[in-house]
Parts: sequence; structure tokens; C-alpha cells
Amino acid sequence: MSEREVLELLRENARYSTADIARMTDLEENEVEATIEELEAAGVVRGYQAVVDWDKLEDERVRAEVELNVRLDRETGYADIAERLARFPEVKALRLVSGDYDFDMEVEADSIREVSQFVSEKVAPVPEITQTVTHYVMTSYKENGIELGDGDEDDRLSFSP
Amino acid sequence: MTIELSDRVKAVPPSGIRRFFEIAEERDDVISLGVGEPDFSTPWAARDAAIASLEQGKTSYTANRGMRELREAIADYAADRFDLGYDPAEEIIVTAGASEAVDLAFRAFVDPGDAVAIAQPSYISYEPGVIFAGGEVLSVPTREEDEFRLTVDALEEAGAGDAEMLVLCYPNNPTGAIMREEDLEPIAEFAREHDLTVLSDEIYAELTYDGEHTSIATLEGMRERTIVFNGFSKAHAMTGLRLGYALGPADAIAAMNRIHQYAMLSAPTTAQHAALEALDSCENDVGEMVDQYDRRRQFVLSRFREIGMDVFEAKGAFYCFPEVPDGFTAEEFAEGVLREEGVAVVPGDVFGAGGEGHLRISYATGLGDLREALARIEAFVADHA
Repeated sequence: MSEREVLELLRENARYSTADIARMTDLEENEVEATIEELEAAGVVRGYQAVVDWDKLEDERVRAEVELNVRLDRETGYADIAERLARFPEVKALRLVSGDYDFDMEVEADSIREVSQFVSEKVAPVPEITQTVTHYVMTSYKENGIELGDGDEDDRLSFSP
Repeated sequence: MTIELSDRVKAVPPSGIRRFFEIAEERDDVISLGVGEPDFSTPWAARDAAIASLEQGKTSYTANRGMRELREAIADYAADRFDLGYDPAEEIIVTAGASEAVDLAFRAFVDPGDAVAIAQPSYISYEPGVIFAGGEVLSVPTREEDEFRLTVDALEEAGAGDAEMLVLCYPNNPTGAIMREEDLEPIAEFAREHDLTVLSDEIYAELTYDGEHTSIATLEGMRERTIVFNGFSKAHAMTGLRLGYALGPADAIAAMNRIHQYAMLSAPTTAQHAALEALDSCENDVGEMVDQYDRRRQFVLSRFREIGMDVFEAKGAFYCFPEVPDGFTAEEFAEGVLREEGVAVVPGDVFGAGGEGHLRISYATGLGDLREALARIEAFVADHA
């Protein structure tokens, strides 16, 4: 149970200090440290990243969701295609999904041109890929469970009974 | 010409919080731990139900006592959660917030000159409510060494046996204290012995972090002399919708309804639809909010100990009640930390006897703000050590 609690807190804010997590879970600090180390060693925690609202930056950052359809043959499975695609640094997320298409791929680059080039020159030529549909992200309202934008101002009274 | 005020209004001074509110308004970087309301929004299912009711034009009065289906849902909820069995037809009244229900009870049961014993520190509206009803307040202080639980000794010391009524608020605002069944038994016995009516404000019942909440009305011989108050403001984060209720014997609820039907007619209809949905489908939302409060509670308690301020182990509501360091009164500390560090807290003496020397800290605020606020309090304590 403590593993789960620690994970929930890290997902809420990976920068919580071990002391803060210990306070919130009623564990000892060294227990929290050990739990996090175990979770990292077991590959449960795979990394820590910032959740960024790119719209707030002057620098353009373009993201797209790309739908991919593939045709499998006797020698090639989904995992083989995924392995090949996941190696590209432009690919930020890659998931096999059910429904009208096979892979759901998140791509990130500095311009629309770069994303287009990447999809047409690196992804589409993969022999098993039969179709790509690119959706450019226009505005992001929520990332990794965190709502973006200006957020709600706390307009409660400073004091109340 | 000035309009002459009634003696009852003149007898109630302006709220002790008011002055702090004015200081807080002078700065724009204040983190407030002075707020007695959830920082969560009302669960969407309840909001959707309110919106749908408006879209369907359900904007007329309801029955004075509240929508029948809501009273039925409240009866089921009270029975399932707290073992309280009440007839929705005659023993439940839906009000504009639990505060209205408390006010109705004072007006329905207090005669001029009646003494009303209030276990303090407690929610700041009971005392004025008694005075507005023409009664006299009898403070029964609770102490930190008793974990802010009410004891028979305290009742006897205050002469509460001669009172008509006893007001309880557990889990408690402002201390966060709770009363377990074994703590309530002797109080119930005292109430039976001295024929006291008990007003039990259980608005924080869901926010009990250690074990289950027990209502004094479930104890032997107490149902017929107790009015239980509850509402949707705290656990369901519906403060602005103003919806509460009272459970009690039929004749007492009828008496309260006699005032309510003239003063309020009926509780807000939109809010009643939201509340019905809240009881129907928001149990998980309540559970998640309670988990968050519990986490914050542990954080805040642990930080106060680290800062070196004595703090009582609060087990309910969303408040904790640390002691101010030597050399300060509660008011001096609260004013100092607000002016110098921009942290708003409420001095404990605002909540009546037994609150002196303490601060009410509300942790109905996000962890980020709590962490920053406690760092500022730590700096303030270090500066004045």
C-alpha cells in the first residue's frame, strides 16, 4: 500500500522531497527513500519529467498526433514495428491501440515543416506502414493529469468561519 | 436619523475575524489558512444535476421541508453511514445550509433567559445564534489535555446541569477534535440526568480520519432529545449552494419548520437537485477529497512539530490547532504572521473559551500553498525566537 501511495504522490509532483512524502504518508524518511529506490530499480518508475505548457513560451514547439495503419506479415509483428519507430527522438509516445488504426504516435519538433518531413520521410517509408494521418495539436488543455492555462484563482474569502 | 438597532443585535459584537480580513486585503501575496471551506469544486455530477434542473425549468419552491425524494435520500444516507434512523416525512427538514438549521433550532427551542451550554472552542455562529434567540450563553471550555473532548467534569464545573440545552460540534471546528462513543456515553448520561436538549452539529462527520464517526443521537435515550445537523458544504464541497438539514423527533422538526416556512419558505431548489445527485453518485468524490485532506493533515501536523510549535493531533474536520509560542498571544501571533509573512491564520480565542493561545489552521488549501505557508510561519517563529 505504501508503494501505491508513494507512486501517487510522485505522479502528483515528482519534486516532492522525501521528507514531504514521509510527512504525508506517515512513513519514515528512509522508508520512503528505499521505496523509491526499489520502484526505480524494478523499472516501475521510468523517469521524472516536467509538465510543460508550450503555449506559454515564445519558442514554437509543434506537436502532432499521428495515426498509423500497418500491415503485418509472417516475419514482422507489432513489436518489431514499434521498436523501429520508438527509436526516433521525434517520437514522444507510441501506443498500440484498438479501433480504426493500429498505432497512436505523438511527435514533437520545432516546426510544422519538420513534423511533416519526419512523417513523410522517416515514418511513411517503413514498409509495413500502409497509412498515416497527422493531426497537429492546436491547443493543449491538460497534460499528464495537469490542467494547463491560467488556472482558477482562489477567490474564497481570506477568512471564513 | 439613525435606525435604532435591537438590543439583541447590539449584544453581538462584529466578528473577530473582520479586522484580520481588512489587514489581509492590504497585501496581494497572502496565503490563507483562515478559510473554513473546501478548496475543491463541487463534484461534476452534482453540478450537472443542478444545471439540468435549471434547463428543465425546475425553479419553483419545493415543499417547505424540502423535496420528498431528497429527504428520502438523506434518510437512507444517515442510516447507512451513521446508523441514524429518521422518517423522511416528519423527522427531516432541508434548510439553506446547516447554519440555517442551527438558527431555527435556537429560535424554536430557546426562550428568553434560557441558558444554552456550548462546548468551546467551537464554530463562531452558535453564540450569536443563542443571543439572537434571546437566550444566554454558558461557555463550557474544553482543554488540550483532554484532547479538546467535552468531559462531564467540564460540564459540571461550568454549571451546565442548569442549562436547557447543550451544543456540540464534533468533529470540531476549530480544533479538529473528535468524540468517540466512549467519550459521548458520559455526556449522554449527563444530558439525560439534567434533561438537556442536545444540538449536535455533525457537518464534518465524513471528515473523520481515524475510525468511524459516532453520533450522540445513536446512544440510548438520546434520539428523543437530540437534533442532528448536517449538510453538503464540507464533505461535498458545496458551500455556495447553501444546503443543510436537521434530523430530529417529529414535533421538534415541525417546530423548526414553522419558522422555516415563513423565513425561508424552502431551501434553494437548484441546490436540492445537486444534493440529491451528490448523495446518489458522489461517494467516490467524497472519498478522494477525504484522502487528500488526510494527507495534508499529516503534512501540516508534522511540519508544526518540526517548527517546534506544540500541536494537538487533530483527527477530524480540516483544521489543526497549534499553540502559539511563548511570548505571544494568539492575536499577536496571527497579526504578526499576517503583516510580516503574509500568512492568514485565525486566533483561537475567536472560537470562545478554551481557544486562547492557539491558532486555527485550515488545511483546505493545496499542498503547494501549505508548504509555502508553513515555511513562512517557520521563518516568523525563527525571527522572533
